[in-house]
Amino acid sequence: MKEKIQFVLNGKPVEVETEKEQFLLWVLRTHFNLTGTKYGCGLGYCGSCTVLMDDDPVRSCNIMMEDVAGTRIVTIEGMEEGGELHPLQQAFVEHDALQCGFCTPGMIMNAAGFLKKNTEPTRADIIDAMEDNLCRCGAHNRIIDAIESASKNMKGGPKS
Amino acid sequence: MKAKQIDQYYFHDVNSPVFSMDRRNFLKNLGGGIIIVFSLSELGFTGRYNPQEQLPEFNAFLRVKEDGRVDCYTGKIEMGQGINTSLAQTLAEELEVDIHDVDMIMGETDLVPYDAGTWGSMTTRFQDPLIRAAAAEAREVLRELAAEKLSLPLDRMVASNGRIMDRSDNTRSVSYAELTKGQKIVRAVTTKPEVKKARDLKVIGKSFNRLDSVKKVTGKALYAADIRLPGLMYARIVRPPAHGSKLVSSDTSGAEAVTGTRLLRDGDFIVVLHADPEMAEKAVMAIRSEWEVPESKANQDTIFEYIKRNATDIRVRYSGGDLEAGRKASDIVFEHEYHDGYKAHASIETHTATAIYKDGEITMWASSQTPFGTRQEVADRLGIAREKVHIKQIYLGGGFGGKIYNQQAVEAARIARMAEGTPVQLAWTRREEFMYDMFRPAAVMKINSGVTKDGIIRFWDFDIYCAGDRGTELFYGVADHRTRLLDARGLHPFGTGAWRAPGNNTTTFARESQIDIMAHSIGMDPLEFRIKNMNNERALNSLKVAAEKFGWSKTKPPKGTGRGIAVGFDAGTYVTIILEAKVDLQTGRVKVTRAVVGQDMGQVINPQGTRIQAEGCVNMGLGYALTEDIEFDWKTVNSYNFGDYKIPLFSDIPDSIETVWVDAMDQPPQGGGEPAIICMGAAVTNAIFEACGARVFRIPATPERILEAMK
Repeated sequence: MKEKIQFVLNGKPVEVETEKEQFLLWVLRTHFNLTGTKYGCGLGYCGSCTVLMDDDPVRSCNIMMEDVAGTRIVTIEGMEEGGELHPLQQAFVEHDALQCGFCTPGMIMNAAGFLKKNTEPTRADIIDAMEDNLCRCGAHNRIIDAIESASKNMKGGPKS
Repeated sequence: MKAKQIDQYYFHDVNSPVFSMDRRNFLKNLGGGIIIVFSLSELGFTGRYNPQEQLPEFNAFLRVKEDGRVDCYTGKIEMGQGINTSLAQTLAEELEVDIHDVDMIMGETDLVPYDAGTWGSMTTRFQDPLIRAAAAEAREVLRELAAEKLSLPLDRMVASNGRIMDRSDNTRSVSYAELTKGQKIVRAVTTKPEVKKARDLKVIGKSFNRLDSVKKVTGKALYAADIRLPGLMYARIVRPPAHGSKLVSSDTSGAEAVTGTRLLRDGDFIVVLHADPEMAEKAVMAIRSEWEVPESKANQDTIFEYIKRNATDIRVRYSGGDLEAGRKASDIVFEHEYHDGYKAHASIETHTATAIYKDGEITMWASSQTPFGTRQEVADRLGIAREKVHIKQIYLGGGFGGKIYNQQAVEAARIARMAEGTPVQLAWTRREEFMYDMFRPAAVMKINSGVTKDGIIRFWDFDIYCAGDRGTELFYGVADHRTRLLDARGLHPFGTGAWRAPGNNTTTFARESQIDIMAHSIGMDPLEFRIKNMNNERALNSLKVAAEKFGWSKTKPPKGTGRGIAVGFDAGTYVTIILEAKVDLQTGRVKVTRAVVGQDMGQVINPQGTRIQAEGCVNMGLGYALTEDIEFDWKTVNSYNFGDYKIPLFSDIPDSIETVWVDAMDQPPQGGGEPAIICMGAAVTNAIFEACGARVFRIPATPERILEAMK
């Protein structure tokens, strides 16, 4: 049975009529046309669908809409502020921390959630936090560099 | 430099023998500016193309637009390898424009010249020189126009930063935009225009960040599944449990009970469509089907014996001297067999296509490395002319050879026609991806070789089952040698195909393992042994630059730490990887801590892009060396998802990857996307050997296999 579910999406209150068991990933991609959040495996292994839910990185392919009700969701499309790239996005660009780019939104969202909890991470902390986000092109070293440099830039004024 | 000026000609002569109707129409429909077209054959281009395809002679163009920006048209696609940046660099170099003023039009079959596909590290080798020449040609046209406009002699016209200026007075200049305004000039290059000398290069050889990264970090880059059309329906196909299964019966009533489902059927091809992808999934799961599954003949452990028994098609690829004489002259003889299991491409984006069929024409956004191949396959399957199939430009979420094969596009095309007028999207699930991926084939390699006590390889007898001959021409000087290829049609239980440097990962693993075994057996340093036996200067160059960067010494590291060397040849490039790994002697777990890639690869267009490709090769290659193996029971694939098929994680990758190359800016550019990955198997297993004395003959070198080999 469909229900009206309200939540905050990229800073704006929204309402969507959906089954409670529907997964957030598909609601984002089909209902809201936010296609930056990617399907990679559907079982939470790859992290391409990572979004922030109340500041925590979650796998949207495994989050049911009933659990989304009343939360704040941020997707890759909600990371820019006033037309400016988020420091993480900027760092990924500067470090060329991507190739095909398909895992990139999930990488950035996972890192964004992680940096909210750990503002001064070591490289080992970053590797540990990113462990379950898969990249097939092999951009890992540069992704670590980008997150490390973003964490430094964000100190004294992290966004969002 | 002679260029054939054809100017307005093609816009008026409808009976032109050179261009077919649709190309001519394309040129007509194109806006103004300066358009450069190319004659491949006259340039001596030797790259593969399908002669059945129309207009192979029309194989590169660019357009300097009336606003001064430049469109670069190429049949190549961008899947992460970074050619949208390196090709733009090449164009910018010769045309003297800012790289950010170049727009890449890629893989859109109605717009770009025919291309056989993006594979084989061929873009930089073969497409790059064409675009460079086209840009040089365009620059000449602009100089001529400027000379006329400024009423100055042509030899005083110099191109710089989007303008043509007077060599002796740079205040007298005119921009490309002013020159192209209101013009429509088409030129076909019939002789190779003069391009810049290596010493004059300013853009080629300089590092540039990817041009598509802002789109990709903001989620704006569109992949095949991101296309949204009004009324789009999501398709799911009823799949068998195993390849080669026969459908016995199917009850679709469960699917029909899911509100909003549209059921399509063409024999065994049963499809559900739904406006909501999860409902499509629910509906397809509700279909009850009975299948007859073929009997099992082999699994991931028994496949190697199966291959040896059944690979009955044998041919000699290379041979020289007398194997028996070489054997007799050897002090030590070695006979080893190497095994490599099936590997998935495992791109994070699964095979996907979005399509709409209407009025006998189909428009598609397909994740394909071969847009023109897709066009042909779709046309053939639907029985329509290929001009009625329109493949659009799209980003690919990885390819690695896996998206040369377009099954999903053909399926989507069939569905689109069955649902005529309704746009449909078919995005394979990860399970489907692991089933229908064209795996890198399992392979067996037998090497018999012999060496003298002072370290000379005396004979080399190499039997390659199912891995082909790419990169197998020996660069060690062995007079008595033979390389045979053994294979058979239909040998594998499922589809196999090209996997980043096809075959070469597998054969390089075997060859470079055997070389290492021989070096150690006579107590010779493996670097010294290779140098002593190599007969190819470029291979030696790659080895030397890598060894120097690595700081190789004959002193062995403490137990538990090992260094591995492997050398190979792929796509015109000689490559060496030297890496350091730690092996946990209790658990058999391996961690590669450092890798150095050394390449002799000709001209390097984008040094940063080159490094990134090498890093990708090292990181991706760790997977086949250490963890990746498709599990199967004959035609049933038992690796379903990333939980079963382990690709490298952040904690697996080396702390540092350094990439060096031989300075050869005056040489033609060679491949950079594939070569380095071929060295990973042997570099890793050779390092494992030095660390703990375990010689692993089967990759992936899992902890179990390492512990077993340590006994």
